[in-house]
Amino acid sequence: MKKSMNKYTTIKNVGKQGIRMILLLICVSIAAFFLVSLSPVDPLQANVGQAALGSMSQEQIAKLNSYWGVDEPPVERFLSWASDFFRGNMGISLLYRRPVSEVIAVKFANSIWLLGIAWVISGVMGFCLGALAGMKQGTWVDKVIKGYSLLIASTPAFWLALVLLMVFAVWLQILPVGLSVPIGMEAAGVTLADRVRHAILPALTLSITGISNITLHTREKMIDIMESDYVLFARARGESNWSIFKNHGFRNVILPALTLQFASISEIFGGSVLVEEIFSYPGLGQAAVTAGIGSDVPLLLGITVISAAIVFGGNLIANILYGIVDPRIRKGGAGL
Amino acid sequence: MEEKKVILEIENLSVSFRQYDKGFGKTDLDVIRDLNVTIHQGEMVAVVGSSGSGKSLLAHGILGILPYNGILGGKIFYDGAELSQKRKEELRGNEIVLVPQSVAFLDPLMKIGPQIRRGKKDEASEKKLDQIFKGYHLEKEVQELYPFELSGGMNRRVLVSTAMMGNPRLVIADEPTPGLHMKMVRRVMSHFRELADQGAGVLLITHDLEQALEVADRVVVFYAGTTVEDADVKDFAREETLRHPYSKALWRALPQNGFQFITGTQPYVKDLPEGCPFGPRCERFCEKCRGEIPYRELRGGKVRCLYAE
Repeated sequence: MKKSMNKYTTIKNVGKQGIRMILLLICVSIAAFFLVSLSPVDPLQANVGQAALGSMSQEQIAKLNSYWGVDEPPVERFLSWASDFFRGNMGISLLYRRPVSEVIAVKFANSIWLLGIAWVISGVMGFCLGALAGMKQGTWVDKVIKGYSLLIASTPAFWLALVLLMVFAVWLQILPVGLSVPIGMEAAGVTLADRVRHAILPALTLSITGISNITLHTREKMIDIMESDYVLFARARGESNWSIFKNHGFRNVILPALTLQFASISEIFGGSVLVEEIFSYPGLGQAAVTAGIGSDVPLLLGITVISAAIVFGGNLIANILYGIVDPRIRKGGAGL
Repeated sequence: MEEKKVILEIENLSVSFRQYDKGFGKTDLDVIRDLNVTIHQGEMVAVVGSSGSGKSLLAHGILGILPYNGILGGKIFYDGAELSQKRKEELRGNEIVLVPQSVAFLDPLMKIGPQIRRGKKDEASEKKLDQIFKGYHLEKEVQELYPFELSGGMNRRVLVSTAMMGNPRLVIADEPTPGLHMKMVRRVMSHFRELADQGAGVLLITHDLEQALEVADRVVVFYAGTTVEDADVKDFAREETLRHPYSKALWRALPQNGFQFITGTQPYVKDLPEGCPFGPRCERFCEKCRGEIPYRELRGGKVRCLYAE
């Protein structure tokens, strides 16, 4: 009886989160849409090009404006865009001349490699370093790890990317300078090794910068745990440092670390915009920049909404996982 | 009465914390200044002092789990030999055990059974725990619960069970009954009495004199970082048999003795007077009390007062 009740609450919670996500996406798209409509981007010029626009008569321009609905009020334009978007039609990208959904799918497939590798490496490494530093608080191990993290946390990702690029691609010439596949090679001839080789530098940049944040948070949490009454009691009961970590440290630090890990998707995602730009890596981040510079409004809006969904999805997973992993929430007790 | 073996002897124990002031200055904050306690096998000794007087640090000092900036002074002898940090680490959790105040001292994310077994999964530990639980009338299912799922009554028995996993010869109970009603207190105390009757030495650290008088054999009165009196529980029957003015004040503050209280408060460690810490609140205070006060034997007990007779 109690169990089914809990299952019911879990489903209710997930449902609540789902509604929240939809509301968020609506808000994000409204904000993005109206920001673009306030920007100096002229839809007509973006569509037909500067030269063509110059050679057109006022009459033609007015005709095209009303054909594309440029002179309609922004609210109506938003509603017609949103209703199409809702039905899966994200519009046609002006730069790529292909449906936005297709462009995003291709770019996303490229990015997911990069983001996935960086996400896993920064998560695992950050957790290990943070846990180690927290266990050994005050020792030289802790000082080195903390120093490194603070240094990296204050290093801009794009600068680090440039340094790595200089060292590994220009001086040592062991890794490619950019792009996601070798230049001039047929798509069919590209091997997995090629893709991995091209993803190493951008992924490394994202990992290195991502590690520091997770390390510092995990370390802080671990120190709290080490100062807790239950660790004091474990020590009083003769548990060794390793036993304390195995029995209590890991168990208690993994929960906040998981939350952090899923919440960090947003940071990796944000970092990828700059990093992909520097490595000319044709991913979602680079597409966003290209769309912004090239006044490709449909693509820009599409990417904005999809990114918001991904970031929110990360947080959503973190919330749900917390409820599954933490017995105090799972068993429906008084909570913390 | 046969002479029982001394299991724990604490001589002039002090615990201080190093504090760094502005600039380069540093001060050592003496939280415990001069603490003397002796516990025999099968004996239950209560250290009674008001809340916040640093009593818990006594337990932490014996177990070697003071924070890194805590400095331990004086001497501790266990079972005839000095208790070094290394020996503490070997003995704690097995021969010397701590029973904490509340379930807050249990890991909230670890099930009771594995937690009491310290993560061990061998058959011997499992059997032993099953037996201990049976002894305390705890269902085997309790082992599968998390600390937050325990009821108030189970809490205490679970906490006492943690002590029984080893072979305790010295049990330290640090305020084991905060906020419990008297019936519950008696039941918890009976567990400790049982341990003492089985031959272990029990050190009960508490702020509750009434409770201590009910179960303990001897009471050590602790005031502002110093032990001021060591008395048999019988001595608390009348005011006259007590030795130190603070103990007498405590006696008079008991409900059955008139609920009288004395003025003033216990001084904070930083503002301790020289010599007798109780001086500023004592009627018989004089110039001599500013000097060193010896801890001396008197009528079968001990007292740290120049005038006690």
